[in-house]
Amino acid sequence: MKSLKAQQHILSDTHEQIEILEHGINHDDSFKLIPFQQKMEAAGLFPLKPTQLEIFQINVGKMCNQVCKHCHVDAGPDRKEIMTRETMQQCLNILAANPSFKTVDLTGGAPELNPDFRWFVAKIKELDKHIIVRCNLTIILANKKYHDLPEFFKQHSIEVVSSLPFYSKDRTDRQRGDGVFEDSIKALQMLNAVGYGIEGSEQKLNLVYNPAGAFLPSTQDSLEKEFKLVLKKDFDISFHSLYAITNLPISRFLDYLLQSSNYEKYMEKLVTAYNPVAAANVMCRNTVSISWDGFIYDCDFNQMLDMKVDCSAQHISQYSEAVLSNRNIVVNQHCYGCTAGAGSSCGGAVA
Amino acid sequence: MANHYYNADDLGKFSGIDKFQKPLADKFFAWYGEVFAEGNLSAREKSLIALAVAHAVQCPYCIDAYSSDAFEKGWSEAQMMEAVHVASAIKGGAVLVHGVQMMNKVKEIAM
Repeated sequence: MKSLKAQQHILSDTHEQIEILEHGINHDDSFKLIPFQQKMEAAGLFPLKPTQLEIFQINVGKMCNQVCKHCHVDAGPDRKEIMTRETMQQCLNILAANPSFKTVDLTGGAPELNPDFRWFVAKIKELDKHIIVRCNLTIILANKKYHDLPEFFKQHSIEVVSSLPFYSKDRTDRQRGDGVFEDSIKALQMLNAVGYGIEGSEQKLNLVYNPAGAFLPSTQDSLEKEFKLVLKKDFDISFHSLYAITNLPISRFLDYLLQSSNYEKYMEKLVTAYNPVAAANVMCRNTVSISWDGFIYDCDFNQMLDMKVDCSAQHISQYSEAVLSNRNIVVNQHCYGCTAGAGSSCGGAVA
Repeated sequence: MANHYYNADDLGKFSGIDKFQKPLADKFFAWYGEVFAEGNLSAREKSLIALAVAHAVQCPYCIDAYSSDAFEKGWSEAQMMEAVHVASAIKGGAVLVHGVQMMNKVKEIAM
């Protein structure tokens, strides 16, 4: 499967995605939802303002060894956008100068595919920041040179957050591709073997569940219980927490919704499940998201829709904590994905 | 008035059932919510039971709702179909077991 970009798919144009989100499939307003802004106004949350900036999330590139059907990044082996060492250095300068950032969250694509990944991690660690790596698991098995990643993660006290959409082969492979479940299981066993995910261990291993289809995640706690039970029983695998994440209607997941005629029903589901408590706790309030080429966004989803921060500091070369702390966070209809039910963030439910 | 009895959109209007009789609807929904909460049976187990019963009572709204709910709660297609077979077997068995009553009656009146 190729990325939407490689297919020159109409949805690889972010304007087209935004048109659909704002005006419906035919851009004619025949399907109209309450604007997200209106919901936020009613909750006294508009304009949405940042709280303390704590998480510096960096998308180090769109290249990935997998082509998942729901990927909001449209990542894949054919994506060549990769953060350079110069841009990484600019990020390091910002991190050194802004102690409010306690956590650096590395994502992609598969972040480990960036040739400077290990250099970057070591440099961030020198700044004494907590590092999260969003590891797709299969990368560990993809090539011999990645087999030592569990050890590398451990040496740098990295928190590993990994997607495993389900504890069964069928549902996982349908979303992430043939063979992904088996490789993910092997990778989890390798992580367990060096101490990751073991109860009481400092090597944090958290899993991400996201629905394999046009539905919302069920309760995070009960999913976690079920995942723990089955993974232990069937594969002797342990992990710490499960984060239930809602799929946002953008990029490849938007394509799936449109192809399967689920778009309108899914959007209605998100709007019906709108929860003002989740809205108050959305992750974009304490996070900034940096793209491979150094632009600044409110979150990884806004990044993929090319909706840059609404202030003068749009690139890391212009970084200013004061300016960013005073900005209004850019919202649109896709934001319903983070405010539905118990809410959704890179750390799972928020309400 | 629509010229058919079932409309998929009506499921979404269920909560509006209180417009004609609020106190009873409030009691129903409070009780319903509690029935499906985590208890001695998990919410997940209850969802699968509800799916089977939905088929037994042949309620299209309930089938819609609990097909989604059971799948969302992690039951596989095969498990869900087995639950429907359980409902079918009980329905089928319920018909067949009445055959005993038929036999009793026939024995009573036959020479």
